[in-house]
Parts: sequence; structure tokens; C-alpha cells
Amino acid sequence: MNIIVCIKQVPDTTEIKIDPVKGTLIRDGVPSIMNPDDKGGLELALRMKEQNGATVTVVSMGPPQADVMLREALAMGADRAILLSDRRFAGADTLATSYALAGCIKTLDYDLIIAGRQAIDGDTAQVAPEMAQHLDLPQVSYVIDAQKTANGFIVKKENEDSVQTLEVEGKCVLTVLASAFKARYMTVEGIIDAYANREVEVWSADRIDVDEEKLGLKGSPTKVFKSFPKSLKEPGEVHEVSEEEAVELIVAKLKEKHII
Amino acid sequence: MENTEYKNVYVFAEQRNGVIQNVAYELLGKANDLAAELGQKVIALLLGDGIADKAQDLVEMGADEVVVIDRPELKDYLTEQYTQAMSQVIDHCHPRIVLFGATTIGRDLAPRLACRVKSGLVADCTKLTIEPDKDGNLDFYSTRPAFGGNLMATIVCPTSRPQMSTVRPGVMQKRTREVGRKGVIRSFTPTFDASKFKVRLVETKMNDKKAADISAAKILISGGRGVHDAEGFKKLQALADVMGGMVSSSRAMVDAGVMDHAYQVGQTGKTVRPQLYMACGISGAIQHLAGMEESNFIVAINKDKYAPIFSVADLGIVGDLHKIVPMLTERIKKELEK
Repeated sequence: MNIIVCIKQVPDTTEIKIDPVKGTLIRDGVPSIMNPDDKGGLELALRMKEQNGATVTVVSMGPPQADVMLREALAMGADRAILLSDRRFAGADTLATSYALAGCIKTLDYDLIIAGRQAIDGDTAQVAPEMAQHLDLPQVSYVIDAQKTANGFIVKKENEDSVQTLEVEGKCVLTVLASAFKARYMTVEGIIDAYANREVEVWSADRIDVDEEKLGLKGSPTKVFKSFPKSLKEPGEVHEVSEEEAVELIVAKLKEKHII
Repeated sequence: MENTEYKNVYVFAEQRNGVIQNVAYELLGKANDLAAELGQKVIALLLGDGIADKAQDLVEMGADEVVVIDRPELKDYLTEQYTQAMSQVIDHCHPRIVLFGATTIGRDLAPRLACRVKSGLVADCTKLTIEPDKDGNLDFYSTRPAFGGNLMATIVCPTSRPQMSTVRPGVMQKRTREVGRKGVIRSFTPTFDASKFKVRLVETKMNDKKAADISAAKILISGGRGVHDAEGFKKLQALADVMGGMVSSSRAMVDAGVMDHAYQVGQTGKTVRPQLYMACGISGAIQHLAGMEESNFIVAINKDKYAPIFSVADLGIVGDLHKIVPMLTERIKKELEK
């Protein structure tokens, strides 16, 4: 079985701070990490490889710095790493990003494509379903379990109010939740191997099956009109008082607001 | 086709087991504002099996028209079946705007559909407006949090139609029901290509019902790292019980395995706007604030007086929740017995 896992390098958004004076994002010193849901997707692929035997190929689109993350994937157990890196991809929204990824995947052999539910920088959850549409493949999103069957996959999906079991016939795209697949650590041997003996293939737009007009900014129907830091509301009163006084303060306020 | 020929604000009226979801009513509320700015109509799209009788409900909640697609293929939500039906409605009706709830259904369907009709989609919006562009033409602006809620981005979709957005549940206001309101109800019959149906639903296991509706609770007593463990949550539960509320949680306690994900408030959990949100031992990471700051009244109890939760609290108490919460429970119990 050939499994392709789409992964993205993202800034660790839990480490991002707002400049209190300028009101802008401080991105300096924020570490870049493998997107957590994507790492969960890689973990699922590696578990399937252990159970049934598979070749796991990781694909990422991004700048040359994403090499570090792809080597991390190799050190975790991926067999092949491809980085789509080309200025012609720049400025892509989710539709153009999914188009480029689909154009890459079309040139590969695969039985299953796994992606993370969403990336923690954009939080759109759109790229994988759009990619599935470009590839004309069925999709299941919010996946918490997947097993190979004779002619496809049996998959569990987590909704707000339920867990569904779905049976997929043939090839498909799954998007997975990090919480369901606790990712393994890299091994020391894996890290040494990833840097000493392995290659991250860097592909340009010429190497994939795409119409150049649909890439990057040109291929993106949506544009960022503006971005701005979130304005927080005016803080209320904060009291450092005894427990008894605190209780009275809360009760008085709740009565004033007709909550009790 | 010219962009000006795409008209009206459409709402995907999400239903589950024949029950119209709250987010559909919220979208109808917002769609009314947008349609009024554009001088156009609000049209609900109701897909399902045996759901035609729900159309009047959508009219009373703000739809000027309802397009009903009542087919056995649409009994349960399945990506391909719903995408086929929706893409044919779009090809037939030429909507200007299509709104979806940012639920597991909306966020699965909308991108599949956007790619099939080759248009732009904006995810998980918290604000939608119609404003004039630089040439004075009215355009549609979708604003959403990014970078884990640290940054807001306003996105436009200038040339392709329809303009599509998924909208976070619990953010938009639904309208008051107008009983007996008149609207146009039409049915639409799509042609299905069943050879593309590759996914079959085997079973649906519903979650514990209580867990599913923290977003509907009027009072939430919410716990974070400072609650420590399940024993700590019992104190919160006692207060919630006395007040007729529910307990919810920050991500920290979900990651720690103390609380189930269904109770989680925040960027990767639920957005809530209860009458009272009492944050106990929650420091207030920006991802958490994103899910609760629209609450009507926020009380925060935290030992650390520099905790960011105090920046959004209406009433902040620097103190030990383990002492204050049980005392407050007894005090409110007495108050309510009066």
C-alpha cells in the first residue's frame, strides 16, 4: 500500500504574542513546528505501515526552510519526502494550494491520502477537502480511527454530537484529528539517518501536473483584504479580597444582573 | 455570466435527524442583515429526507424563500450526495452569497462544494458585512480569526461567485420567530450520479446528550488547570447544579484527560455566549478567550492576578477557587431558598 501524508510547517501559534504597543504579531523567535493534526496524520500512516506494510510519502508545500520538518517526518519513519517549493506557488489561498498539492499527488502512486484536519496558523480545514475534489476522490474528515479493508477503508469520524462509522470503497482522502493519534517521537538513529543518508526532494511547479494559471495568487479566488490584531474588550473590576468578601461581591453582581 | 446576475443570500439550513440546527437560525438572522444591505432576498436551502414540513419553520425564522430538496439519498449527511445536490442548486439558482455553519458538516461540505463550483470560500467566520469597495460597489467581507485567534483577517472574494463562507456557531444572533410569516416554498429535484457514492454510513453513535449542548447553556461554570482534577470539577458541578447551569472546560483539562472534548470551550472547542460564564482557575489563553469572550457576564476566579482571563472578565476575583466555589455554592443555595 502507498500512503501519502500532506504536512505543513506552521508557527507554533501558542507561542505567538501581540506587541502591546504596535498591536502587531510578534513572530520573531516563534518556533516552526509540524502542524499537530498533520503529525497525527503521519502517525496514522506509520501505524498502518506497521500493521499492513506500506510506503509512506510525505508531501509539503512551502519555503525551503520546511526541509527541517520533512526530515523530522523521515526520522519518525516516513520513506520519502517531497517539498513543493516554487515562487509560482506564493500567495495561494486554499483553492490554489489544494490544486498544487493535487497536481503533485497525481504524479505519484497511492492508495490512501491522509492530511491533518486543519493547520493551526490558518485554521481553515479547507485544503484537504478541496484537494479531494481536485483528485475526484471521496473524503472523510474529522477522522479518529481508520483501518484497511479488502477493498477500501473503515473509518470513524467524530462530529459535535456523535461518532460515525463509515465504509469507504477504494482510494480516498482522510483528514485526521491530532488528539486521536498521539504521535511518536523521532528516534536518535532516525534523526542521524534523516540527515546523513536521506534526501528531501524539492519539486518546482514544472515537475507537477498543473495549469500554471491556476497556481498561487493568480489561482486564488479569495484575497486578504486586511488583517488586524483582535481587540479585547475593556477589562472589568478585579478584586483581591477575602473569600467571604469575594462570595458577597459575586452574589451581589449576579443579583444585579438578574442571573440569580 | 456576469457577476451581477448572481443574486440573493443563501443559507444551508443544516439539519440532523430532521432537527434544524441552531446555527441555521443564526445564519438566517445574519443573512437578513446582509440581504437588506444588498436589497436582495434570503433563501434557505433545506436538504434531507422527509423534511419538507420544516420549510415553514425556516420562513418564520427569517427565510423569504425555501428551496426544499427532499430525497432519500440525503437522509444522512454524506459529502458526495450533498455536494451533488448543492452544486446543482448553485448552477440553477446563481446565488450571490452562500452561508454554512462552521460545523463538522458545514466544514466538510463547503470546501468540497467551493472547489467543485470553483469559487472562493472563507472558513469559520465571526463577522460578515456588506460594504462599498473602492469603486462604490457593494461587496461582501468575511472576517475570521487566524493564528490561533491572535489575529483577525478580513477576506474578500472579488471576482468569483458565489461568495461562500462558513460561520462559527454561537456567534450570529437569530431573529425572533414570526409565527405565521409567509414565504415562498419550492422544491428542487437534483439528478444524482450514484456511481460516485463511495462512502457508506455504517452507524451513528450519539454522544452523551448533556455533553453536546454546552453552547446552549445559560450558565457555564468553567474550569481550567487550577481545578487540578476530577475532584476539583465536582466542586464546579455542585455550583452548576445549584444555579441550573453546566460545567465546561478549558483545553488544558481536556488534554489532561480530566474532561471530555465535548465540554471544551475555545478555538478548538465550542464557542459559547451564555448569560454567565464563570471561569475558575482558567488563565485565559487567547484560544480560550476566542470561545467565550462574547458571554454576557464573565466572572473570573484565579490565584494569579496577572492571568489574562482578567482582561475580559467583568468581575475578577484573585483567590483560591477551591475555597471560594464551595462557599459560593452554599451562599447561592441560601439565596435561592429565600
